[in-house]
Amino acid sequence: MEYMIKSLKVAVWFMFLTFPIVVIKVNTIENIVIWRWHNMFYMGVGIFFVSMLWRYFLERKDRVGKKSAAERINITQTIMENPKILRTLIISVLTILCIFPFVTDSYQINIMTVALMYIVLGLGLNIVVGLAGLLDLGFVAFYAVGAYTYALLNYHFGLSFWVVLPIGALMATIFGILLGFPVLRLRGDYLAIVTLGFGEIIRLVLENWNEFSMGPSGIANIDRPTIYGFDMTLTQATIFIYFLMVVFTVFTVFFVNRLQNSRIGRAWLALREDEIACQAMGVGRTRTKLMAFALGATWAGLMGVVFAAKTTFINPASFTFLESAIILSVVVLGGMGSIPGVIIGALIMILLPEYLRAFSEYRMLVFGGAMVVMMVFRPQGLISNYRRKYSFHSADGRFGK
Amino acid sequence: MEYFLELFLSGLTRGSIYALIALGYTMVYGIIQLINFAHGEIYMIGAFTALIAASVLTIMGWPTIAIFIVATIAAVVYSSAYGFTIEKIAYKPLRNAPRLSPLISAIGMSLFLQNYVLLAQTSDFLPFPQLIPDFEFMEPISHIFSTAELAIVLTTVIVMLLLTYFIKFTNMGKAMRATAQDKKMALLIGINVDMVISVTFIIGSALAALGGVLIANHIGQLNFYIGFIAGIKAFTAAVLGGIGSIPGAVLGALILGWTESFATGYISSDYEDVFAFALLVLILIFRPAGLLGRSETKKV
Repeated sequence: MEYMIKSLKVAVWFMFLTFPIVVIKVNTIENIVIWRWHNMFYMGVGIFFVSMLWRYFLERKDRVGKKSAAERINITQTIMENPKILRTLIISVLTILCIFPFVTDSYQINIMTVALMYIVLGLGLNIVVGLAGLLDLGFVAFYAVGAYTYALLNYHFGLSFWVVLPIGALMATIFGILLGFPVLRLRGDYLAIVTLGFGEIIRLVLENWNEFSMGPSGIANIDRPTIYGFDMTLTQATIFIYFLMVVFTVFTVFFVNRLQNSRIGRAWLALREDEIACQAMGVGRTRTKLMAFALGATWAGLMGVVFAAKTTFINPASFTFLESAIILSVVVLGGMGSIPGVIIGALIMILLPEYLRAFSEYRMLVFGGAMVVMMVFRPQGLISNYRRKYSFHSADGRFGK
Repeated sequence: MEYFLELFLSGLTRGSIYALIALGYTMVYGIIQLINFAHGEIYMIGAFTALIAASVLTIMGWPTIAIFIVATIAAVVYSSAYGFTIEKIAYKPLRNAPRLSPLISAIGMSLFLQNYVLLAQTSDFLPFPQLIPDFEFMEPISHIFSTAELAIVLTTVIVMLLLTYFIKFTNMGKAMRATAQDKKMALLIGINVDMVISVTFIIGSALAALGGVLIANHIGQLNFYIGFIAGIKAFTAAVLGGIGSIPGAVLGALILGWTESFATGYISSDYEDVFAFALLVLILIFRPAGLLGRSETKKV
């Protein structure tokens, strides 16, 4: 009952709050005011129920938060640590991925390719944000560097996809190091803003430097990837890029997984948790951070090249802050630092809006809201990263503590 | 010379607007060490509320001065309400979370508010009525410094003085400074920290709304996206001056305003935003604590 009254108060407050924006709509040309009172009613009712849920979950989180979180982690952990289940899972996913293009049309294949690209981008950003704990809001800049490297080299010199792929990745890495070197001394939130600024600089330069990048009109007729100069029809090319992305994704998952458990991966985790303790243990701060930054940028660069080859047309409008925000929400929703989390996150973020076309205009609204809700209720993401535990075995085979 | 003066004055106007927004950033950062990404959106909502109020009142046939006053009050009230609510929803539950969490929550909030206005209103640029009448005594210099610009600069100066008085001499201001220094200690000596934080958000939002109304009146149009770029620039200003420091925010804002104004005037107007961001990157590299900020050494 107390809940109800409180929620009612909240609903009234929100009805007041949203009144000018949601209810009144002014047509300034014809000087007519449109009053949309029905919206106020929906708002009130909606907020009432949302508030009830919010309170309920907040209370539940406080009550059993620790315990249930531990249980949930255990479920992921069992799957991840049981090689039998894991192997079956991986094989079945791969089989589905391989059959997929032959049972659906090219529209579906395209969507799936995009989803796979976001998985790889998400995993790349995951190195920076999830593992090393550096909030990078200008990730899309490196993506743009990759895409423009391919587009320009292809346009001016006719270089093919396969030649530019490593060049694009290298260019992005260089940009990552160039940016990373001076700014990585900064604390987390400053870093976020600088990377955001850097992303905007890259986009603005691409937009305004007409002689170099052809400005807002972009570059068209970029070559699709080929194998040995073999000419492909549009459908074949779509399928080819799809399989290319499958290979990329598998490689990235494998790579990031190995990376996580390597020396540098553990150094990232340690650095994320406690910088000072980490430095005291002899892990070079700048070098380790720079490595994360550069590696993240490399993946973005690779995907940039693929993106340019896939769409055959790029312009600066594809590389706005919104794109960075989408990739970031893939990582955040899925679970920072968790590979299956990022994969699920990307699939949800990209496939759901595609199949729920009717609601697609609400996409960013929902993403923004979801980021807030996620941080409040489940900061570890949908599938949380589990901690690898090392146990000590003494010489006579008994477990030590 | 006149060109120089014109650029100088337009830089002053820009700087004043940035200062109004930057104060909100700096105050919030000073107290809870959070970059309130949604602050630019508060500014945008303030401008939108003023536009809606002004349009409705114009159609009802009110006199311009009354419209201006009511629209400004509406903007300030609503922005403060939004600021207050956002803090309660998105930041308060995360007060003890790792630093990255509230930051991401703030970005989410910013996206949410942008799209909320986009969906509830429109994505087009809306014309903003001119609410401040041109004074006659400004006539001789109106080609380089309009009445609207004068209003912006004057408002900023007055607000600055009031704010300084508030922070320095009132009980609430003292409580704010105490909270900024040490939250736990402030709690122990009987300061209602939650309330102080709420008040900080309300004041910051109110200032942003003032900035929103004045700039919309000056430029004459707005859309749902104005908050993003203004927010980033104001943040740049806050960092430039040393985040957490109130005079620093104003100084940083003025420097940023002049940099942009002179750079676009003498070099190229295409790269206006690039200059601002480049300044931000340079400042953070060479003086991460900002011009007036103190660099902190972390103790273990």
